[in-house]
Amino acid sequence: MQLILDSVSHRYGDVRVLSDVSLTIPEGQIVCIVGPSGCGKSTLLRFLGGLERPGAGKVLQSGPLPDGCLNPLTYVFQDFALLPWRDVTGNISLVLEDHGIKGAKAARIIDDVLIRTKLSDFRNALPKQLSGGMKQRVAIARALAVSPAVMLMDEPLSALDAQTRELLMDDLVSLWTRTPFTAVYVTHNLAEAVRLGHRIVVLSRRPGTIRDVVEIDMPLDQRRAGNPTLEAHQARLWQLMREEAEAADKELSNV
Amino acid sequence: MSDPNAATTPVPFRGGGFKPERIRFVGLAVFLALVAIAEWGTRAGWISNLTLPRPSDVLSTFRDLYDTGLLWKHLIPSLTRLAVGSVLGVTIGIGVGVIIGLFSMVRAGLVPLVAALFPIPKIALLPLFVIWFGIDEGSKYALIALGTFTPTVVATYGAVDNVDRTLIRMGQSFGLSWWSIVRKIVLPGALPGILSGLRISLAIGIILLVAAEMLGAQYGIGAYILEAGSLYDLERLFAGVVILSALGVLTSAVIGWVEKRMLAWRI
Repeated sequence: MQLILDSVSHRYGDVRVLSDVSLTIPEGQIVCIVGPSGCGKSTLLRFLGGLERPGAGKVLQSGPLPDGCLNPLTYVFQDFALLPWRDVTGNISLVLEDHGIKGAKAARIIDDVLIRTKLSDFRNALPKQLSGGMKQRVAIARALAVSPAVMLMDEPLSALDAQTRELLMDDLVSLWTRTPFTAVYVTHNLAEAVRLGHRIVVLSRRPGTIRDVVEIDMPLDQRRAGNPTLEAHQARLWQLMREEAEAADKELSNV
Repeated sequence: MSDPNAATTPVPFRGGGFKPERIRFVGLAVFLALVAIAEWGTRAGWISNLTLPRPSDVLSTFRDLYDTGLLWKHLIPSLTRLAVGSVLGVTIGIGVGVIIGLFSMVRAGLVPLVAALFPIPKIALLPLFVIWFGIDEGSKYALIALGTFTPTVVATYGAVDNVDRTLIRMGQSFGLSWWSIVRKIVLPGALPGILSGLRISLAIGIILLVAAEMLGAQYGIGAYILEAGSLYDLERLFAGVVILSALGVLTSAVIGWVEKRMLAWRI
C-alpha cells in the first residue's frame, strides 16, 4: 500500500506549522523525515495515520492491503505507550482482542512476533521491569502483531541511550531484510536516517516545507556506522539542516 | 591540586533526606506511649479523672460492652449503615465521575453542581432527608451516600483526566473501539486516583455516620457516644471513640490492601 500526501498545510492557531507538503510513501521502503525541532514532522506523521486532520490538503492511501492486515496504519511511539498494568503478552493481545482474535490464534501471533523481536523470554514481564530498549521492542512487536501496511514511527529510538539505539537499529534492519515493510520514520537523528532510510525527506523549519529528498541506494544490511558513503550523505544532510536548525533554535516559542 | 602541604578534608555530604521511607511499628509505639502516659498520669494523679478517663477503665468499659452483647447491638447497625450508604455513594460517584471525565458536555453541566454540593455540611440536610427518605434507615443511608458521593466524583474525574493521553492515542491508533479504550485503558489508568479518593470518601462516611446517629438513632456508635456524653460518662465516651478510630484504621488498611493487590504494576 502507498500513502500520498497531497499539498498538506496546517496551522495551530496563528502558527503555520506545515505549508504545502506533497509526498509519496512507496510500498516496501522506509522513508525518513528529518528536520529541526518544531518543524511539524510529528504532526505530519499524525496526519498520515489519521490521528489528526490537516487544515488543507489531502492524505490518501492507494493499493491493496497485505494479507491478514488488521490495522493498516500502525504507530510506534517515542515513549513506547505500553499499558503499565499489562505484561508483555497482555500488551500485544490488547491490539488483537478488538479484532476478535483470542486463544490459540492470538497465542500463535504473539509467539511469532515475540520471536521476531527476541522477546520470548520476557513474555510475562511488566513494563516497569523492562529497560527502555526492551520496552520499545515490545512496542515494535505489538505493531508487527497487527501486520500493518505502513508503520508510522515517531522518533522510536529518541528515548534510548546510544548503545541501545545501535542495537535496535540493527534489529530493525534485520526485521526489514527478512520481510520488507513500508515505514515512515520521523527522527531528528541524521545517523538513524542514513542507516534506515531508503529515502530521506528534509523539512525546513516552521512552517515546514520539503527542502530536499535524498535517496540512498545502498541496501540496508550493508550499511554500517562509519561507512564513507553514508558519512557523506550525513554530512550533506547536516549542511542542509544546519541553518534551519540554527534559525529554529533562535525562534521565540509562542505556542 | 598536587600541593603536598595542602590539608585534605573529605567533601562534606549534602545529599540524603526528603525521601519517605517505610518504618514499621513506630506508629504503634507512639500510640502505646501516649496511652501509657495517660495511664500513668491518671494513676499518679497529675491528670484528674475529669480531664481524661483512665485507659484501663476505658478498656474494662469496653470489655463490659462486649460481654453484655451491647457492642454488637451498636456496631452492627452502624456498620450496615456505613456499608450501604458508602457503597451507594461510591458506586454512583465513580460512575458519574467517569462520565464527567469522558464527556465534555456532562462535565460542563455537572462540575458546577458538584462544586455547589461539595461544601454543604451534609448533616445540615438531615431534616430534609428525614422528610424525603423517612426517619429510620433511609435518611441515614442517603446522608452517607451523598457525603461519600461528592469527594468520589471529584477524585474520579480528576483521575480520568490524569490518564496518560499517549496511551489513549495508542488505543485509537490501533483501532480499538471506544468502549475498549474506556474499559482497558481509561479505567485501569484512573484506578490509583480513584482509590486514593476512596480513602477520603470513607473517612467522611464514618464522620457522617456518627453525626446521623447522634441526631436520631436508638442503636449505633453515634447514639452510644451521644448518650455517654450527655451523662458525662467519659469511659464510655472514649470506648466509643476508640471503636470509631479502629473503624478508620480498618477501612484505610483495606484500601491499602486493595491498592497493593491491584496496583502492583506501579513503580
